[in-house]
Amino acid sequence: MRALDLDYMLGLVPVILGYVPLTIGMALAAMVGALILASLMAVERVVRVPVLDLFVQLFISFFRGTPLLVQLFLFYYGLPQILPVLAGINGVTAAIIGLTLHFSAYMAESIRAAILGVDRSQWEAAQAVGMTQTQSMRRIILPQAARVAAPTLVNYFIDMIKSTSLAFTLGVTEMMGATQKEAAGSFLYFEAFLVVAVLYWAIVEMLSFLQKRLERRLNKALTR
Amino acid sequence: MISIRGLTKRYGTNTVLNAIDLDISAGERVAIIGPSGTGKSTLLRCLNYLDRPDGGVIRIGDLTVDAATARPADILALRRRTAFVFQNYSLFANKTARENITEALITVQRKPRADANARADAILREIGLVDKASAYPAALSGGQQQRIGIGRAMALDASLMLFDEPTSSLDPEWVGEVLDLMRQLASRRQTMLIVTHEMQFAREIADRVIFMDGGRIVEQGPPAQIFDAPQDRRTESFLRRVR
Repeated sequence: MRALDLDYMLGLVPVILGYVPLTIGMALAAMVGALILASLMAVERVVRVPVLDLFVQLFISFFRGTPLLVQLFLFYYGLPQILPVLAGINGVTAAIIGLTLHFSAYMAESIRAAILGVDRSQWEAAQAVGMTQTQSMRRIILPQAARVAAPTLVNYFIDMIKSTSLAFTLGVTEMMGATQKEAAGSFLYFEAFLVVAVLYWAIVEMLSFLQKRLERRLNKALTR
Repeated sequence: MISIRGLTKRYGTNTVLNAIDLDISAGERVAIIGPSGTGKSTLLRCLNYLDRPDGGVIRIGDLTVDAATARPADILALRRRTAFVFQNYSLFANKTARENITEALITVQRKPRADANARADAILREIGLVDKASAYPAALSGGQQQRIGIGRAMALDASLMLFDEPTSSLDPEWVGEVLDLMRQLASRRQTMLIVTHEMQFAREIADRVIFMDGGRIVEQGPPAQIFDAPQDRRTESFLRRVR
């Protein structure tokens, strides 16, 4: 066993850190998109709009049933062959769209379960004061469901950050892509991938800290 | 003026409300009594379509809602003329006491936030809970929650306030404060329809007492008549049991 090249590793940290904004940016963009899409699908699954419900079920089934990597390849390398409008799509956009669709399918199911978990009496009270279905959902039910779903959704966000590393297979130079290039130049694969692993880990740990604070805030309404 | 004709509700083959006819004049305070499972709560819940009746017509002022033809817009209009106080309070768990009162004023009545807040503060003073304005329901006692529940209903300025056993879930120590608040409302001639097991309270504040059994109105009249000289054998036997 040879000794670790610590100097190389320390020198690599700022290089890879430079790609953190792109990684977080992709994950954030995909998270916002996935949250919106998932909430819409979750509400649809609860109220069950005829016909649309079939499409939503099919969507969820497909995006949960196939690997993310396959979906990304399908969007980036496959779809442009069928739809020439997509020919100019860049890797970052394709990755964001892929992550959005993939994670929205999982998140829709969590949000749906959280909505169904809100006590029936909350619905009735909202109806009784004259709110429309949409108002009841938006003002009373969803905020309460959000509290229940929050821990799971943050977990998906963590998973999403790590999944952005797959974007490197679409030619995107993000944290993983940058590391790969560095390693290929230095042949110090172990050092390079260890550094990137620790950096991903650190990002996730910071998020876990924020998660605890978020949960405390959301639970404010429930504590004496 | 409120008029109910032929209000009917079935669950499967079980007829819970059997063609109820009832008129309530403005400012009238009506108490409904009767054994459990005789359709008292169902009657209230059908009046604002929390449970959709299978038949019958409800008129409140110039609004007519027929179960045979009622569309979502009619149901919304009906709900906006009634206010409902729940047995289990059913305060919005994600809103503070004050927000529970302002919520419908802002989202349903489209009042400016400042006006809604002013109204909520006036009501909080009236129900004696100013100091709990920013408390969440989970931090309030049962009695406090139900007073906020009544405050939320008061804010709506509804033509008809419906009370579904408002003290039945309360620990005995909180019943008094809730009844006191309802007395205040009654003394202002708020039109109220109250399902209750508090016989003494019904006798004291109601203009009219209705005895229901088997999904029908068996007997109705002034409290003195119903409580002291019931005409129907079922009323008499019920009152003997609860006394």
